[in-house]
Amino acid sequence: MVAFWTVLVIVVVLVLAFVGLYNGLVRRRNRVQEASSDIDVQLKRRYELIPNLVNTVKGYATHEREVFEKVTELRAGLLTGTTAEKINTSNQLTETLKSLFAVAENYPELKANQNFLALQADLTDTQDKIMAAQRFYNANVRDFNTAIQVFPTNLIASMMGFSAFEFIEATPTETQNVNVQF
Amino acid sequence: MATTYSEISSNKWRTVVVMTLFVAAIIGLGYVFGIALRLPWLLPLAIVIAIVQSFSSYWWSDKVALAISGAHQIDKAQAPELYRLVENLSIASGLPMPRVYIVDDPSPNAFATGRNPQHAAIAVTTGLLGKLTKPELEGVLSHELSHIGNYDILLSSVVVVLVGFVVLLSDFFLRYTFWFGGGRRRNSDSGGGQTGAILLLIGIVLAILSPLFAMLIQLAISRRRELLADASGALLTRNPNELASALEKITADPGSMRHVNKATAHLWIASPLHDTRGKKRSWFSGLFDTHPDPAVRIKRLREMAM
Repeated sequence: MVAFWTVLVIVVVLVLAFVGLYNGLVRRRNRVQEASSDIDVQLKRRYELIPNLVNTVKGYATHEREVFEKVTELRAGLLTGTTAEKINTSNQLTETLKSLFAVAENYPELKANQNFLALQADLTDTQDKIMAAQRFYNANVRDFNTAIQVFPTNLIASMMGFSAFEFIEATPTETQNVNVQF
Repeated sequence: MATTYSEISSNKWRTVVVMTLFVAAIIGLGYVFGIALRLPWLLPLAIVIAIVQSFSSYWWSDKVALAISGAHQIDKAQAPELYRLVENLSIASGLPMPRVYIVDDPSPNAFATGRNPQHAAIAVTTGLLGKLTKPELEGVLSHELSHIGNYDILLSSVVVVLVGFVVLLSDFFLRYTFWFGGGRRRNSDSGGGQTGAILLLIGIVLAILSPLFAMLIQLAISRRRELLADASGALLTRNPNELASALEKITADPGSMRHVNKATAHLWIASPLHDTRGKKRSWFSGLFDTHPDPAVRIKRLREMAM
């Protein structure tokens, strides 16, 4: 009889532990997915700002077709592919926009256009926001990956098919600014 | 992130404890003064005040703290750079966008307040905006956002209202005793005069002690929190050096804040009471500091960067 109750208590404790750990993992995975959709929100905003910018610049600088085409092409890539690919496209876009802004230097009227200046600031800001959203995503990925690797959660994770997410790495152009490590 | 979550629940618990102690203290004061001054209506009044005060400290403490400091709210159009920095940091930390306030004061300083991240506000002085570089400002803002994320703001804002009130109350009763207490005693018969005098004495002692206790509470809750917010703020920007150099600039600034108030001193990133900064003092006076020694904070941040 005692043995029966002991076994029962152990089973109940194990089941409760399983449920708790499993739910914890689901919660963390949802946080990662939420963070990933936060990145999409910012990418979408960038996507919507670009036509305005291109149209404003076109009004002054009609000869710069090449840059416009590159920007338009990259813009389409903001909403397709994996998150890492989209971020990568966004980084390339930032570089291309730099050359677009450099072009603008040759057109004093464009440089004085308030609308253009506002768009320029907005686009720079979206890039900052994408990077911020990316940092938040990476922090959540780190927490999730740690959770599925530590004992005993790793047993449940492998049993229930949880797999690690990948970090979104900074591209070489970004790492130049980072001079601090932990 | 387990530390953040335990920090949140610890802050919520401490808030409950502080509120309970406050209610007990006010009712206790009401009882003692009520007997000492022979005002039987004082006890029920104290009970009502304690309850109303606790509720309002939860719901409106942020508004009180902002109003005392003379902060006015700004939107994106008024200060786009500051607003964007806060926006980006709140994205990076996964917090909702707090309201942003500016305090018209040449002394560089900043604080955060509110009862939870959904009802939070960050205030910076015009001096801070003028004297810090953008990365330094980002460091300060990330420190304030960490206070929001850890729920430090709940506890410290509740303390603003409760402590401010305790100080006010004992001030009032001390004055009341001096002006009217004597007259009242002359009019009454001599019977029970001795107990009255003893209770009056206790009342005066309480009136002297209560602001002191209020101060101790205020100190106990803020100092470790500052170090923690420094660390998690630095983790957010990955750049502890910038926050360190911001703190250097803030503590080195010779000007004192115009709206210095004992009730809100602990909210600010660096002590706004200038004489409590940086000097070498005994451990006893160190007991009453609202902030950890800035040199210690800067040293820790610099070590993180290495």
